[in-house]
Amino acid sequence: MVFTGAFGEPILTKRYGVPDSHTLAVASEYGAYDVLRQVVGKREPKSIIDEVKASNLRGRGGAGFPMGMKWGFVNPQPGQEVYLVVNADEGEPGTFKDRTLMENDPHRIVEGCILAAYALGAKRGYIYVRCELALAIERLEHAIAEAYQAGYLGRNVAGTDYAFDLHVHLGAGAYICGEETALLNSLEGFRGEPRLKPPFPAVAGLFGMPTVVNNLESMAHIPDILERGGAAWSALSRLEQDGGVRLYGVSGHVRRPGIYEGPVGLTLNEVIYELGGGLLHPDRELKAVIPGGSSTPVLRPGDIVDAPDEKHPLHRWHGKSHLDVCMGVDTAKALGTMLGTCCAIVMDSSVSMVDAARNLMRFYKHESCGQCTPCREGTGWLVDVLDRLCDGEASEKEVDLLVEIAGNMMGNTICALADGTAMPLLGMIQKFSEDFYAAAHKRPRTQLHDSWAQTLAS
Amino acid sequence: MSFELDPSREARFQTILTRYAKSRAACIPLLALCQEQAGWISPEVVDYAARKLNLTTAEVKGVATFYTSLHQRPMAPNVVWVCRTLSCELRGAGLIQECLEELLGCKTGETSANGKFTLLKAECLAACGEAPMIQVNDQYYERLTPEALAKLIDELDRKTAPGQVAAIGGAVAPDVALSDVRLRKAGGI
Ligand SMILES: Cc1cc2nc3c(=O)[nH]c(=O)nc-3n(C[C@H](O)[C@H](O)[C@H](O)COP(=O)(O)O)c2cc1C
Ligand code: SF4
Ligand code: FES
Repeated sequence: MVFTGAFGEPILTKRYGVPDSHTLAVASEYGAYDVLRQVVGKREPKSIIDEVKASNLRGRGGAGFPMGMKWGFVNPQPGQEVYLVVNADEGEPGTFKDRTLMENDPHRIVEGCILAAYALGAKRGYIYVRCELALAIERLEHAIAEAYQAGYLGRNVAGTDYAFDLHVHLGAGAYICGEETALLNSLEGFRGEPRLKPPFPAVAGLFGMPTVVNNLESMAHIPDILERGGAAWSALSRLEQDGGVRLYGVSGHVRRPGIYEGPVGLTLNEVIYELGGGLLHPDRELKAVIPGGSSTPVLRPGDIVDAPDEKHPLHRWHGKSHLDVCMGVDTAKALGTMLGTCCAIVMDSSVSMVDAARNLMRFYKHESCGQCTPCREGTGWLVDVLDRLCDGEASEKEVDLLVEIAGNMMGNTICALADGTAMPLLGMIQKFSEDFYAAAHKRPRTQLHDSWAQTLAS
Repeated sequence: MSFELDPSREARFQTILTRYAKSRAACIPLLALCQEQAGWISPEVVDYAARKLNLTTAEVKGVATFYTSLHQRPMAPNVVWVCRTLSCELRGAGLIQECLEELLGCKTGETSANGKFTLLKAECLAACGEAPMIQVNDQYYERLTPEALAKLIDELDRKTAPGQVAAIGGAVAPDVALSDVRLRKAGGI
């Protein structure tokens, strides 16, 4: 279910829940490819890039880079082919939004890809999907086949002489392939190891050619942006320089975990209480929220914004809880965290942050590609120390050791996985040091394990 | 024993090859097709893929060993992945894994004594809002309870013939939606 009522009419998700919305027949009834027919061959590609710039769309894959600006970097040399690559590797723990788009509205994705490719002058595009998502893959492939049949893909897109081919390329289970250069290596048939940047993909990406890599949700917004106009779409947001609507996810200890749509800039309290239906166990307190996937540092409800200076980016929320700040790429950064994928993980008072940290560090240890020593060794070492801490075999010194190891991982590696491991861990230790010291002093704590059993029993 | 793709998979491979500027890009799709047929990436599969794509076996092996979904050893016809990452953990994944070990009579990483199930730990499968969840071959089972899990395993057990060799691709999917196991279906989230 999508609950959008409280926050305006659904835009991106308006075809969700319509029976057979994944088929061309139904999607067309609800407006699929209308924009495409008005745009391809009729509008200048450059004017589309300008529209996307005006939309202030910040990439939905985690880093929040302005999409229009990224497109502006593409400047093919004579003889170079431009590639469009769509990132649907969706592996960031807590994140499950792109999957819902592929399952519910694959034609919106296909239409967005064609519009993007036309704007960029790309002749070929690939959607890189993680292989586990069988239903999503089936629907996306079916939608592409239907689009070929209807003449939206192939040699003459919508009856024009513009040609574009779009394919689904499946991953094989590796979180790191979500990192854009690892994804390109994987697509080329290599191990999914990130590349050194620069060169950036816009200069030398897939097969060495200029390439735009965008998240799948980013792509799906394009038909709406062009239908409404960039500025009007941008104004749907509650924030500036961060436009439009977006998907919100919420999982963990809430009553209605799921994916929802809303304007950019909902607060985490709105996400938890209005979208997520409040805490799963009303008798427990909210302890912590990971705002946008596991690589984003945790926030506490009790923390208050201290920004008396009028020029401070958070001044509007001076004196309010961190969870009452309108969440956008820049405001999240000002709070010392990141917006990430905007899929929140909610933890109540039954959780000890040491256990949560160990759980996530195991993930990163498993997913490190192993190229950089600080990341390969660091993630392993963090797990070892956290294991000992959780098993009551470590002392206070080892909490400091965690901080030291994490500190050495940051800024010293090829890709952002190491930072995305170290930063959230440091945040957990800093904000919940009592949990870590309790473990070091072998004081009893609620085990994640107890809270599981209680959750299932309820 | 040498390996070769069957004609229908060979045809699929030929279509895939046409999609890329360089044939090496078809490496992972080819390995996935081979695994669909053979159940795992055997040394014969590595040799075959290397010859087909004009790569060394070391190159193919290097790729194959990088990816979690490409199996380095034979698997039972039902490969059961239990997600243990944080969102699932907060919703009872630990208990689900314990139940699975008990139901299957084997530890995680092992194959059950009857050879029908291999149990593996998974990292986040992009179903965090539907936690706790498991994946069996290519099918997700979400919002599980121990009771629903027991029914599901029983159903799969009965539908799997002894000695059946198959893996990946939903070779053994139950044909009824168990009332309280939420199979993912069309519409809504
Ligand atoms: C370790 C790591 C994993 C990532 N995983 C994903 C992913 O699963 N999906 C995604 O869209 N972006 C992911 N990203 C971000 C991509 O590198 C890239 O920034 C993004 O696809 C760009 O799209 P956008 O500008 O539309 O956000 C990941 C980055 C890192 C460092
Ligand atoms: S930081 Fe980690 S994941 Fe990224 S390239 Fe280095 S070793 Fe690989
Ligand atoms: S944490 Fe289990 S599916 Fe994401």
